[in-house]
Amino acid sequence: MALPKHLRLEFVTPERAIAHEEVDELQLPGEEGYFGVLPGHAPLLAALRTGEMWYRRGQDVQYAFVDGGFAEVLPDRVSIMAQVAERAEDIDIQRAEAAKRRAEDALSKPSLADAEAERTRIAMLRAITRLNVARRSRRQL
Amino acid sequence: MPSLIDMRRRIRAVRSTQQITKAMKMVAASRLRRAQERVLATRPFAQQARQVLSSIASRVDPSAHPLLERRPGAERGPMLVIAIAADRGLCGSFNTNVIKTVSGLIVENQGRPLSLGLVGRKSRDFLGRRGLPVRFDYVNLPKIIGYVEAEAIAQPAVEDFMSGKVDSVVLVYNEFKSVIQQQVVVEPLLPFRPESLPPGEASAVEYTFEPSPERILDVLLHRLVVAQVLRALLESNAAFFAAQMTAMDAATRNSTEVIESLTLEMNKIRQAAITREIIEVVSGAQAQ
Repeated sequence: MALPKHLRLEFVTPERAIAHEEVDELQLPGEEGYFGVLPGHAPLLAALRTGEMWYRRGQDVQYAFVDGGFAEVLPDRVSIMAQVAERAEDIDIQRAEAAKRRAEDALSKPSLADAEAERTRIAMLRAITRLNVARRSRRQL
Repeated sequence: MPSLIDMRRRIRAVRSTQQITKAMKMVAASRLRRAQERVLATRPFAQQARQVLSSIASRVDPSAHPLLERRPGAERGPMLVIAIAADRGLCGSFNTNVIKTVSGLIVENQGRPLSLGLVGRKSRDFLGRRGLPVRFDYVNLPKIIGYVEAEAIAQPAVEDFMSGKVDSVVLVYNEFKSVIQQQVVVEPLLPFRPESLPPGEASAVEYTFEPSPERILDVLLHRLVVAQVLRALLESNAAFFAAQMTAMDAATRNSTEVIESLTLEMNKIRQAAITREIIEVVSGAQAQ
């Protein structure tokens, strides 16, 4: 069987569809580490964690923020069902920076309970990842 | 008899009310369109999730998952009722219908331990006084309802179900049928029923699972529960604007009628005053 040349990307969240297009290559933040997908990939169902993802069509690379969910990979099709996702250009940098500062302040207090600290660390990770994604795509422009 | 000035004042008052209701109707109409789009935007996720679920079903037995567990005696066991209404009124019978349906459920299930989850100020203010334990309430819903809000509502429901505090969870909300029709539905949320999703084609592909099929199923089911809550919230939101639009349209038309009858009344009074003055002038002239 000839390998398919492109991947059809279906990128959805419960709130809305993020992308629906043909791509050449993409990378996703799997729960067990980042992985890349090229056309003809073996069928895979992977849980996702908070991280950056990108997809490429020709020279054009799009970055996005992904927070949990999972992806279904087929040789010619990738469906991403993220719980929260934002394209790089939709990220609210000010909000992410404010969230990062809030988390930093909270973590600098010694009295933080363990569960609370864990939540704050996750919030901080989200904020930092968002900022990274936003920065990456701006640098490219 | 009211004086001419009184009548003019009343007409002016009704007219300014009419302007407000007309503006509210227009605002509701434009918000409704956006709200409808948001309801439709949740469909692709549900469809794809359903597809993945059927692919997993061939590998793991999904019925073994705790979120799908149907407990014996659940029909009489403790139940959590999540009532979704709005924060605001001026929307016809939108809130009343939810409250009435929930009150009906409470009467029907007398003797069965019920707890309430109240979404929207109108729901909290009324149903919060029923004397039933309130598990959580959620008021001041933001203008744009997203995954975060749905998760905040689904979280306590999932917790209670998993810990065995309740055997079932139902959602009560207004479903958006059309602009002129909203219908209150009582929808089971937990134990989760995958059949409630739109059907997707089952694929016979052999997947690699990362980390494991069980973990994926777990993630998937949790997302699906939240997605169902999100859909209910968005439906309710769209139905709210539809109800408000209809109510404000009726109010605008009604005030047109009131203005008409008041104007007629006013003209009668004015005519009576003129007639009286003429009689006075004429009889004064005759007396001379």
